[in-house]
Parts: sequence; C-alpha cells; structure tokens
Amino acid sequence: MFDLKGYGGLLLDGLWLTIAVGLSSMLLAIFLGLLGSWAKLSRNRLANFLADTYTTVVRGIPELILLLLVYFGIPTLIQDIAQRFGHDITIDLNPFLAGTLAIGFIYGAFSTEVFRGAFNSIHPGQLEAARAMGMNRLLAFRRILLPQAMRFALPGLGNVWMVLIKATALVSIIQLEELMRKTKIAANATHQPFTFYLLASLIYLGLTVVSMLLQQRAERWANRGVAGR
Amino acid sequence: MMDLEVIWENLPKLLQGAQLTLEITVISLLIGLAIAIPFALMRLSRHAVLWMPAYAYILYFRGTPLLVQLFLIYYGSGQFRAELSDLGLWGFFRDAYFCGVVALTLNTGAYTAEILRGAIQAVPAGDIEAARACGMSKVLMYRRIILPKAIRLAWPMYGNEVVFLMQATSLVSVITLLDLTGVAGRIISKTFAVYEIYITTAVLYLIITYAIVFVFRRIERRLNRHQA
Repeated sequence: MFDLKGYGGLLLDGLWLTIAVGLSSMLLAIFLGLLGSWAKLSRNRLANFLADTYTTVVRGIPELILLLLVYFGIPTLIQDIAQRFGHDITIDLNPFLAGTLAIGFIYGAFSTEVFRGAFNSIHPGQLEAARAMGMNRLLAFRRILLPQAMRFALPGLGNVWMVLIKATALVSIIQLEELMRKTKIAANATHQPFTFYLLASLIYLGLTVVSMLLQQRAERWANRGVAGR
Repeated sequence: MMDLEVIWENLPKLLQGAQLTLEITVISLLIGLAIAIPFALMRLSRHAVLWMPAYAYILYFRGTPLLVQLFLIYYGSGQFRAELSDLGLWGFFRDAYFCGVVALTLNTGAYTAEILRGAIQAVPAGDIEAARACGMSKVLMYRRIILPKAIRLAWPMYGNEVVFLMQATSLVSVITLLDLTGVAGRIISKTFAVYEIYITTAVLYLIITYAIVFVFRRIERRLNRHQA
C-alpha cells in the first residue's frame, strides 16, 4: 500500500514521543483540573476569581499562541529577571517540557469544567453523611467524593484526551521530534509528502479510534457495581 | 519590564493580521456550513451508499489533527504537481491562502455536520409524528419542523465551533500566511519583543473570541424568543 523507503521506523519513533507528550500533558491537565474545580467550588472569593480568570483566558487564546508564549517567553522572562540582578545568562526551554506545560495548561482549563460538573452532580448529602461519620475533609474527599467524581468525569475527560492528543501535533512547530516532525523529515527526504502526511494522519486516526474503545471500557469499569446500567 | 512603545508601534500591523484572520474564518465557515448540511443529511440516511462516505469524511476530519490536514493539502499536493499542472489546478495548490481555506473548510465542515446530525436526531419524536399526521411531505417536514428546531438545538454548539475555528486559523501562519499569529511572529523576529507582542496578540484573540460569544448569545436569545 505505502512504499515507505525504510522511513516507517522513524514515524514509529515519533509516535512514542507523541504518546509520551500526550500522557504527560494529560496528567498535568487532570491535576490542574482538580485544582481549578476545587477553586471554582470553594467559598474563597480569590480562589473563585483566579479559577474563573484561568478558564476564561485559556479558552480565548489559540493553542499555538500559548505554546509559543511558553517556549519563547519563559526563557526571555527568566533572562530579563537575571539581568536585573546583574547575571547574563542564556537558557533554552526543552521542547518536551515546553509542550507538556503549554498543552497541560490549556487542557487543564477544559478539565476544570469537566470536574466542576462532576463534583456538582454528587448529592450534597453524601459529603454530609461522610462528615457525620467523623471523616475529616481529606478522607471524605478521598473516599467519597473523588471516586464518584471520577466516574462522572470519565466521559468528559475522554473527550479532553482525544482533543489533547491531536493538539500534540503543534509541538512539532517548536522542534520536538514527535510524529509530525518525523513525518516532515521523511516527506522531505523521499519527496513523497502526500504519502507520508496521509500515513501520519492515519496513525493519528488510529490513536483516536483506540482511545474511543479504551474510553468505553474505562466507563464500563468505572460504572461496575452501579445499579440501573 | 514591558516595553509599551513596541506594542503601540506595531498595533496597526497586528490589526491588519487580525483582518486576515477574520476573513479566513468567515470564508471557511460559510463554505463549511454549505458542505455540512448535505453531509449531515447523508449521515442520517439508511442507505449505505449515502451514510458511509459521510461517516468516513466526518471521522477522518474529526479524528486527525488540523495541522496534518493542512500539510497534507499544502505540501502533499506537491507530490502530484505534474498531474495538477495538466489539469490547470497547480496554481491553486501552490497558493498557501487557497490551501489554508480548503483545510479549514473541510475541517469545520466535518465538525458542523456532526453538530447538525446530533441536533436533527434530538428533535422530539412527537414533533415529527405531529407533522406526519398533518400530512406533510418529507421535504416540507424538514423545512418547516425539523430544521428550524435543529438549528435552535445546534446553535450553542455551533457558537463553540465558530470560536474553535477562529482560533484554529492561527495555524495558517505555519504555512507562511500573515494572519494575526503570522504577523506577530514576523514582528518578533525583527524586534525580539517576545512577550510584549505575544501577550498583545493573545489579548486581541481574547477580544475576538468574546465578541463572537456575545453575538452568538444575543442571536440565541432571539431564536428562542417564543419560549417563556
């Protein structure tokens, strides 16, 4: 079907890095999502304001701009601060780290909304009952709230993951050697750009389809023991 | 720390870039919507000849990154340069603007078709039964009952899609176009004012985003004005 001229392995190397960036970004996004939803639901005005600002701003800016701002802006900022203290330094942000930070930060905002909805759909009586049994806040959160919230959040988090894995293609722009960038190298070397970009797109499609199947299984697993399925 | 001078000097150029961003957004949206309506209807058909191509189109363009779609059209067309030249089409595919609009149109067409499909399926069965009982033909039923209701149901999701598409146009900067993101990159390569320019660009995108959100909310209120 495809004459890859020996460049198939290169694309596979890129795929592993794509998955690695995707998973690390997703972990960061889940962490920020839990933090953000806690801040949105808390009675602390400042926490509310910060979380609302976070989700509003992130959803209003293209991913590419945020990625470039992180990759080029953070080193510049640190260098400027160092200069004020009389140090002349040059630093570069590692593309893997920059990509993970930017994508995790963006999808953390989407996860925040997912978790907020999930925590909201837990009956308040559940927490009251846990507190009445003498659980402290942390234990009640860990044993009662989080397991149920995770179940409610799974469909939404699955959607976030599927958008996120496609967004990792952008990290090729800051020279990370993931699937997209390896494809570019192969396309230029073989003078067959259509063949290689089509193949890359089918690999991404495979990732999406596999993710869909895993999501279905995860939802079945999370809902085990729930009545009325 | 922040150099306000550099922002002020370059604001006119950035606004020019924003103009191209909006232009590409509107063109892609209009053609994308024209593609989405027939594909949504095909997707709902019971004939495999109709629903299968629609299903494949929607799955492919929703399941792969826009950046790959863009490169497939812009760089990928080079593989067929001879054939495209013979057809007299090479001039189009060599042009970044054309390729950008084609990629964004096909992409938003797939997402919009999926939104419409969901909305058409969400039209209450009772409405359709009532229309049938009144003796409406299928075409009349679609025109008078199903599509007006589906548009109301789809509207909030379509608003999100418009916002996503507007932001997605920033990718055309990667294939050399001078949209808002492209202009920002060019200014930074001359001035090295990284965060001044990117933050200003981000603010401009924020303004456009929330202007779109505001307009869509107003229209939504109008669409549902008959409801208490």
